Amino acid sequence: MAGLELLSDQGYRLDGRKATELRKVQARTSVFAQADGSAYLEQGNTKALAVVYGPHETRGSRSKSLHDRAVINCQFSMATFSTAERKRRPHGDRKSSEMSLHLKQTFEAAVLTELYPRSQIDIYVKILQADGGNYSACVNAATLALVDAGIPMRDYVCACTAGFVEDTPLADLCHAEESGGGTSLALALLPRSGNIALLQMDARLHQDHLDALIEAAMTACKGLSKVLDDVVRQHLEEVSVLTRD
Amino acid sequence: MASVEMRLPAVHKPVSPAASQSNRDDKHLVVPGDVITSDTGFMRGHGTYMDEDRLTASVAGEVERVNKLICVRPLKTRYNGEVGDVVIGRITEVQQKRWKVETNSRLDSVLLLSSVNLPGGELRRRSAQDELAMRDYLQEGDLISAEVQSIFSDGALSLHTRSLKYGKLGQGVLVLVSPSIVKRQKTHFHNLPCGASIILGNNGYVWLYPTPGHQDEEAGGYYTSMEPVSLADREVISRLRNCLLALAAHKVLLYDTSVLYCYEASLTHQIKDILKPEIMEEIILETRQRLVEHEG
Repeated sequence: MAGLELLSDQGYRLDGRKATELRKVQARTSVFAQADGSAYLEQGNTKALAVVYGPHETRGSRSKSLHDRAVINCQFSMATFSTAERKRRPHGDRKSSEMSLHLKQTFEAAVLTELYPRSQIDIYVKILQADGGNYSACVNAATLALVDAGIPMRDYVCACTAGFVEDTPLADLCHAEESGGGTSLALALLPRSGNIALLQMDARLHQDHLDALIEAAMTACKGLSKVLDDVVRQHLEEVSVLTRD
Repeated sequence: MASVEMRLPAVHKPVSPAASQSNRDDKHLVVPGDVITSDTGFMRGHGTYMDEDRLTASVAGEVERVNKLICVRPLKTRYNGEVGDVVIGRITEVQQKRWKVETNSRLDSVLLLSSVNLPGGELRRRSAQDELAMRDYLQEGDLISAEVQSIFSDGALSLHTRSLKYGKLGQGVLVLVSPSIVKRQKTHFHNLPCGASIILGNNGYVWLYPTPGHQDEEAGGYYTSMEPVSLADREVISRLRNCLLALAAHKVLLYDTSVLYCYEASLTHQIKDILKPEIMEEIILETRQRLVEHEG
């Protein structure tokens, strides 16, 4: 029996949200001057920083470059102070390389890489504070950074997690809900077309519930896309007011 | 004991609704995935793609229409070269018969051995000896000024330095700004009356250097003076650098007049103070004012 009651009888969650409610999302783009694009995003208590360099000549081994499209290089890392216990995380441990690979696959679906043959686009994401939904915070931050860098994309990529407790799908899980032993599904969506860029679920779930869970995650992603959209438009207007002749 | 100034992050000022309202009227701003038009009578330009039959934006920026052509110009991008542009770049690699140059473009640019003026100035075929001596002219890490000669099919630039004004850069300061704020002009080399010279590269690389006394014709642009630069010259260059950073932070177009006005506006302040946000704002306001008066 799990110690925590993830969903109260009144339909409220641990942090007082309703089942479909998202955490507060705050974001800023262009936080660094020297990078081509950068963004900082807070999703509740999860904080992520994304930096984009490129497209540029492939560095390192030349064999990696592709003659017909750009290579996307993702690197995910977590700060030593990001979790409850302080822990040094060397580069290239299994968890972060898996996350890097997932990010790479996600953005290969969205970025128009065929416009930049023989180039490379670097995406570096760092989790500064981890409170569940690390993957989704990284994807959302990286999307903002890519838009800031002026790299052509089909659409935003929005990601969100969803869980399943007591026959109710919960959107945007926090750390307590994620580690509670329940199901957690991460979904990256291109909201306008409704195409799924990545879908990941490690736990067991009855087949009948899957559709409801995916539906909840997609609704959450669409909600997030509105927030990201506002951030980008706000920034766009601020800059274009400055550059107006 | 030098005192260190520390400050807390300033509150992010939102744009006044009136300004953004008037902006919304005369500019068509889009974000990735926005449908620009579903009319099929238009041509697809940069920053757009066809999603089924709808012309859709792929970058965040302003829509530009030229007759039937629709482009979206992003706020910030890497440098897109055009033939005839003056660029400043850094040598990253020495290869057979060519140098690779980093020019803030999406692929490294190429400087062919056949498109440089070799010391001596005479026109001749490039021999095997020249190939072996390539590293003596330009080696990895050197900065050069050059002109875009042509653009390869994959978008890489081919450069040339076939003029005495181009070539290796000696002592000076490099300032990196966004390529979009460098104004295109007839000349990008200026000897500013304040006592320094400036090369405004179209790729957003700006080179500040002490005004040379006389050009040594024989060296063909590969001669670099190692004479110590006087303190006065260095102060002028440092002030210009901070002025350029201020202009770039406020997205003012860079050309000789704007740089000079900004320099003159900054003279009442210490060099290091130019980078303080409130002083920067004051200087830029004065510069903008003078530029408007100058135009009108």
